[in-house]
Parts: sequence; structure tokens; C-alpha cells
Amino acid sequence: MRWYIGRRVLQVIPVFLGATLLLYALVFLRPGDPVLALGGERGLPEAVQEQIRAEFHLDEPFLVQYLLYLKGIVTLDLGVTFTGREVTEVIAQALPVTFQLALMALLIEAVLGVGFGLLAGMRKGGLFDSSVLVLSLLVIAVPTFVVGFVLQIVVGVQLGWLPITAGRDPDVVSLLMPATVLAATSFAYVLRLTRTSVQESLSADFVRTARAKGLSRAQVTGRHVLRNSLIPVVTFLGADLGALMGGAIVTEGIFNIHGVGGTLFDAITRGENVTVVSLTTVLVLVYIVANLAVDLLYAALDPRIRYA
Amino acid sequence: MRTRRLTVLTALGLSGALALTACASGGDDGGSDTATADAGGGVVTVHNGEPQNPLIPTMTNEVYGGMVVQNLFAGLVYYDAEGAVHNEVAESIESDDNLTWTITIADGWTFSDGTDVTAESFAKAWDYGAALDNKQSLSYFFEPIAGFSYDEDVSLIEAGGLVVEDDSTLVVTLSQPESDFPIRLGYAAFFPLPEAFFEDPEAFGEAPVGNGPYMLDSWEHDSSITLLPNPEYTGERTPQNAGLELIAYTDEDSAYNDLLGGQLDIIKNVPSSAFATFEDELEGRSANQPAAVIQVLTVPQWLPEFQGEAGQLRRQAVSHAINRAEVTETIFSGSRTPATDFTSPVIDGWTEDIPGNDVLDYDAELAVDLWAQAEALAPVGDYTLQIASNADSDHQTWVDAVCNNIRTVLEIGCEFYPYPTFDEYLDARDAGAVPGLFRGGWQADYPAMSNFLGPLYGTGAGSNDGQWSNAAFDAKLAEANGADSPEDAVALYLEAEAILFEELPGIPLWYNNATGGWADTVEDVEFGWDSDPILYQVTKSE
Repeated sequence: MRWYIGRRVLQVIPVFLGATLLLYALVFLRPGDPVLALGGERGLPEAVQEQIRAEFHLDEPFLVQYLLYLKGIVTLDLGVTFTGREVTEVIAQALPVTFQLALMALLIEAVLGVGFGLLAGMRKGGLFDSSVLVLSLLVIAVPTFVVGFVLQIVVGVQLGWLPITAGRDPDVVSLLMPATVLAATSFAYVLRLTRTSVQESLSADFVRTARAKGLSRAQVTGRHVLRNSLIPVVTFLGADLGALMGGAIVTEGIFNIHGVGGTLFDAITRGENVTVVSLTTVLVLVYIVANLAVDLLYAALDPRIRYA
Repeated sequence: MRTRRLTVLTALGLSGALALTACASGGDDGGSDTATADAGGGVVTVHNGEPQNPLIPTMTNEVYGGMVVQNLFAGLVYYDAEGAVHNEVAESIESDDNLTWTITIADGWTFSDGTDVTAESFAKAWDYGAALDNKQSLSYFFEPIAGFSYDEDVSLIEAGGLVVEDDSTLVVTLSQPESDFPIRLGYAAFFPLPEAFFEDPEAFGEAPVGNGPYMLDSWEHDSSITLLPNPEYTGERTPQNAGLELIAYTDEDSAYNDLLGGQLDIIKNVPSSAFATFEDELEGRSANQPAAVIQVLTVPQWLPEFQGEAGQLRRQAVSHAINRAEVTETIFSGSRTPATDFTSPVIDGWTEDIPGNDVLDYDAELAVDLWAQAEALAPVGDYTLQIASNADSDHQTWVDAVCNNIRTVLEIGCEFYPYPTFDEYLDARDAGAVPGLFRGGWQADYPAMSNFLGPLYGTGAGSNDGQWSNAAFDAKLAEANGADSPEDAVALYLEAEAILFEELPGIPLWYNNATGGWADTVEDVEFGWDSDPILYQVTKSE
């Protein structure tokens, strides 16, 4: 067990190096010259452009730039953005908000999705099951930004139940609406996954044994059916965390949340290598940790799985 | 069993760690709202964005930093809502020959840290802005001053272009006569700087000290900037409110929704999704007036089919084929005004009566006729006109509309040629590689005609992207720059515009309107010639 975790942690290093190299190469291949855009429509004087290029080592060959960047990571000095702010500060500000948002969304979709899915799976073919299927289909079909804008206008502007934007003070209440919007599509997937998984488990041997032994309905459902049905769901949730962190850009824009999505998009448009690679690498690391947690959770959920 | 428990604990521990990092750091994004709370309900919340540069006047070349800097500093002159020039820190700006200007600084002006505003505050600030080694984005504003160089690091003070005679007298010598030099001095590049700046420019960029109506209270990056009234300000533009909170929005749509829901006081740019409805929704608390911004279709000199006599006819044909009134009504819901010249209605001396400007009228038959004449001279046959722009901004809709006009009227092909990012577009444009007409436009730095004409159409000028060159036009500009009075200058600029209408280096399309709105919590909101709200006079009840 300890060996297993240790091996997985050691695997992070080659993944990290490979990811940064790949990302850096991709951003490097971006056509156009980021310095040109810095001056807006009027452009910067030629001499100023030259100075900026020298300062950011933009005229050096690829390997030199990459090694300088690695050196920066080791010394934790990732440099400055084109606007003069420390990259570490930019990341430190953008990451927590998106993290909080993603975790809230994950919680909502996990609780609601598993709950409804379980009920639908238990009452297969019933009214609840059919209506839940239709609902989930609708939710998957409607694009995120439509859900976002409609919720913002109806719940925020017209009814005034929740804050309209979360920019200034992203606390739990103001992040509730964006988290719900983010969770919407994934909730539908979790619901369907749970439902199918539960239906399968209901006809498994161990459930028959448990019923035969005289366990109560709650015990059978909670301890035996649900836990063993959660394997595909937990897999999905682990992958979803990574997707939520990086892909929340539309929702962040609608609700004015200054998180990873918007920062990453701006950096890509501006051609700011350092910010893009650093931020994406952090997301890669988050993904790795989430997957490790999910793998360990398998062993907890299903006693048949062991990491000897 | 032991391994299982260990596994569960590890898994939960990892998940818990992830959750804790989120909640713990999520908490301190609160920002310092205490400042606004203490100042009372009189603080006006305004929609803005995160400044893209340190808050130094000569580095501020974009609108978000510009909004902050404009309120933190007071220059030699200021512009009122109509664009008229009034003295502020300057008592007088005089010249006999439009070449050597004597500027007298008024008494009693101090920065918010208590130090005096003297002629040296201006001279050293301009010197810093112009010097090559300081890499200031707005250094090109100092080009007219004698001694300025793009190639080597010079000091304008040492070169003699700027002379500080005493604490309240500054003598500026230009390299050629410019009759509108005093008009330029209200622009951010010419603001004064205190000694505190020269001691530590980097720290100043985070916490600037100015002499304007407001002073900086706090700057929460990517969140909001709070400005409070400056007690040391001695000018006419005294703040009528208890302060400003400039909130950073990434999206104008969310700012507009905040306005509707009562979470924001003033929005300074209505999003395009709300153009059709905002005037009704805001029940009159909105502005939709022409501003000093013009959109032009630049015709580059490297397109052979648009050169020579046939090219002339084709330019006119394209101009007559565009139904500007229809496009501005349908696509922009009236938030643009069809252009009748190369400048803007808010500029002094603007007139609808410039000889040759009937080339901007929509006339389908004339367009077809002119194109046929061009075909007779130098045929291009089955032609597809391309209109280029960067695709990461919202231009495709109007380019498509204009293309539809051209396609229907002239019966040639027409398509939008996109460049994925802004810098790729700039790169192609500067290299003369754009394969068609391209979007050009201009936002005035100061309310004068020369600002629309010189930088765009002068030979070799900084923003002359189509690389057009015309000696008669250059001569007329020089004559206007050296004119005796602003009225004489205006008459000469109008004659220069007549030349532009004959040659059509660009096809003027429309003036962008200033569109903005405000909530019922504030009053006395007025939008100025530069599309920005005039914030110091906004009142807000408790």
C-alpha cells in the first residue's frame, strides 16, 4: 500500500517534466509576435519592442527559453507577466477561487447526482425514473452559457435571491449560482451512471445474499448496493475535477469570477508563455492528485480491489 | 483490514487536503471593502477592468488604466464634456510662432503627498516619458519636441527642447510649428509627476500619487480599485461624491446584469447584446451620443487593383455600395452614426459640408457604373474583395454586413478574412501582407482635427497602416499646423480632408457612439467627448 502510493508520487516527476516541455513547445509554436500586441492599435516604438523582447528572452532559441523557465520553477521565481505582475501572484490569486468553485460544483453534482440516480435505479421503470431520465437529457442538451445567463437574469436580476456576480467577494453564497451552472451537465452524467450501476448491482450475488441474511432495506441499499455501484461514478468525478478547473471559462466570464479560465484565456491570447505553461502545469498536478485519490477510493469502496 | 483502513484514510486525507486549500485561500479574496463601507453610501461603483500596465501616465495606453489615471492626475489643461479646452494647472500657454511655447504654472497646486507641482514636475515627467531607455508606451507623444529621438536615449531637458526657467515657467521648443500644441496637453502623457516617482518608479506604478480630483485608496488586483477625493486638489473639477470604486469585470454582459440588478452604479460601455434594448430598459438613464471614435476601411497601397485611375474608381464604387444607415440601424441598433467625414462630430470645427463627401452616400447605380468604368480601364474580372481584421474581437458581424452590401450591389465576391489573434493581424498589416482592405479606425487622444488626420494619413506617420503618401496633403497639414489661429487651422484641415475625399486612402464608415448607462442610485451622470463618464460630478445619495 505504501509502496503503491510512493510509486505514484514518484511518477509525478516525469509527468511534470513531460507536460511542461510539451506545453512550452506548443505555446512556442504560436504564430504571431506577442510584443506587437502590447501597444494596442498604435503599437510600441521599435526600440521599446526590442527592449521588451530582450527582457523576456523572446529572441532566444527554444531550448534556452525552456531551460530558463525550468530554472525559474526550481527557484520559484516564474518571472513577470507583460503587465509587470509576478506570475506566482497571478496564479496564487486565480487558483483558489476556481478551486473553490470546482469543489462546490463537484459536491453539488455528486450529492444530487448520486442521490437521484440511486432512487431512479431502485425504482426502475417507474415515474420517477422516466422523468429523471428526461430531465437529465434536457440538461445535457442545453449549453452551459444558456443555463448561466438564464439563471443569472431570473434568479439574480429579477428575483434577487442570489448575488448576480461574484467578482468582488467570492464567498460560498455568491459562488452558489456559478457552481450550480457548472454542475448542471455533469450532474446529468453522474445521475445516469449511478442509475445504470445501481440497476446492475441489484441483481448481483452479494445483494441476494445480504437480503437472504435478513439485513434491513437501508443496510442493503446503503452498505452493499450503493458502495459497489460507485466505482464508475467516482472515476467520472475524478476526471471531472480537472475538467471543471480548466474549463470553467464561460461560467467565470458570465459571473465575473477572476479565476483560472479567464486568466488562461487572456494569457493565451496575449502569447504569454510563462503564465500559460505554469497555470496549465498546476492543473496537470491537480489532475494527478485527484486521480490518485480516486484510485485509492476504489479500494475503500470495493473490497475486491486490493493494492498489495 | 489494516491496509483498507489506511487506504481509506489516505484517500480521505488527500481529498480533505484539496478541499482545505480551496476553502482556506478562497477566504482571503474578500478584499478591503472596509474603505467603501466607511465612506458611506456616497461611493459610486463604476464598471472598469484590470489595468494592463503599472499606473504611470506615460505607460497607460489602454482604457482600464486610463480611467484610473485620468481621475488621479490633473494636467496643464482639461477637456469638458464637449471637448472644449480649459486651463487647469496652467495659468497660460502662449506662443508667437507656434514653435516656442511659454507655459506659466498656476500657484498653489500640490500632489496628494504634499509636495508642490512645479514646472520641473512637468519637465522631468515628460523627459522620463520621452527617453528611449525608459520604454514608455506613450513616448511618441513627445515626438514634436525638439531633441526627441527614436534611436538613442536623449534627455529633452539637456537637448534644450524643455527649459525650466523657474518654478512656474516652462519653455517648450518644438521641432516644427504646431498650432494645436496647447490642445494636446490635457492628454495623460503630459501629466506631471512628483519626486516620489523618480525615487522608485516601480512602487509608484502600484501606488501612484497625483494632483487630480481623486487619490488612490487601494488597488485589489483583478477585483477593484478604490479612489477617494483628494483634499489637496485645488482645481475646478471638485468631486461631488464620496469616492469611486472601479470594479474589474471580464465581461460587459455581467456588468450590465449587475447594473439591472442594482449591484452597479455606472456602466461605461453597453454590451452589444443589449444595444437594442438598453435605452428602454434603463428608462432614460442612458447615453447614446457620438464620440471621438471613427471606423474606417483602409485601402492599402499594395493592392494593385486599387491603384491608379481604375483603382480610384473602384474605391469610390465600394464606398457608394455600402449602406451605412442600414448597417448602423440593423447591426448596431443605432449605437453608431454614419460617417460624413474623416474626423468626428464632437471635434471643434466639424462640418457635414466638405467637398467630395458625397462619395459616402449610398448609391447602388452609381457604384455599379463606377465599377464598370474601372473594369473598362483595367479589368480584374471575377473578383473577390477581402476585408481583413483580427478574429478575437467582435468585428465579424459588421464586416459580414458590409460584405453583403458590396456583394449585392457590385455583384462581386466579398468575404471576411480573419487573423486568429490581434498580434498576427498587426504583424501582417505592418509587413504589408494583408490581401485586401482592412479595418482601420481611430480613437482621438485629444479633441482636435489634427489628431485624426496627421497620424493616419501623413507620409510615414505612425498609424498610416495603408502606407498612403500624398505630397499635397502633407503640405496642407504642415500649413494648418503652422496656422496663426485655431480657426485658420480648422479651415486648412477641412481643405486637407477634401484631398482625402478625392483620393480615398480609407473609406470612412461610421462614428462609434458613446453608449453607457447608470442606475437610479446616482444622478448628474454625463458622458464626454471621449466616451467616458465624467465621474467627479456624479452624485449619489446615501
